[in-house]
Amino acid sequence: MIYSFDIESGNFTGAGHASSSVKKILKQLNVDNSIIKRVVVALFEAEINVVAHADHGNIKIILDNQEIRMIVKDKGPGIPDIGMAMKEGYSTASQKVREMGFGAGMGLPNIKRNTDEFNIESIVGEGTCLEMAVYLN
Amino acid sequence: MHINEIIKILDATPVTGELCKHREEDFHYAFSSDLMSDVLRLSTDNTILITGLCNVQTIRTVEMAEIKLVILARGKKADDSMIELAKENDICILETDYSVYKVSGELYSGGVKPIY
Repeated sequence: MIYSFDIESGNFTGAGHASSSVKKILKQLNVDNSIIKRVVVALFEAEINVVAHADHGNIKIILDNQEIRMIVKDKGPGIPDIGMAMKEGYSTASQKVREMGFGAGMGLPNIKRNTDEFNIESIVGEGTCLEMAVYLN
Repeated sequence: MHINEIIKILDATPVTGELCKHREEDFHYAFSSDLMSDVLRLSTDNTILITGLCNVQTIRTVEMAEIKLVILARGKKADDSMIELAKENDICILETDYSVYKVSGELYSGGVKPIY
């Protein structure tokens, strides 16, 4: 099964809508609660990143009986130094993002912590692609 | 600690109505934070979030973190979008005029444990 969600940049009120939809789908499929939590926390962090930093983005979820694969692509400024972005506490978030309770430089490390596969590629001036997977067994 | 006891000791107002009053479970742990990124790192169940951060992303975050009780401290008031989202996701919101420090102290004294 494949699901796709568009993400609107700067819409902090709607941010999390896609992750919430994925959570409901996984619950309906009777996926284990601990796996659902890891998936939605990783996805929510990624969704917030797109809302906070990119021009627009898309989430693709690919489900099979082995894993939940999540591909989050955005068009935007990209990440100049992925090594720095992976360090806890490093952040380029705006004041508005911080006022919403995010932007503390915890997002990417937390995504990595919650996933079994994690890959990030970014081109400055074009955008970022994050591919993650959580195994079902 | 049962929710009715929490409401009493914090002089709190349940703003998600019946959803709060009929909760059966005991809450064993609490975490105080205005930083939602830290809330997303929690792995315990039956956890209470005590916060002064009052916006719709507070509720989105607890939805993802599987937290079922949010205490808004310092007199913060949930708006309609927060209450609607909380009800959709079976999340109870309590409002209290007490500070985060006082709420934390009262719950700790009542036997609610810290996560760290």
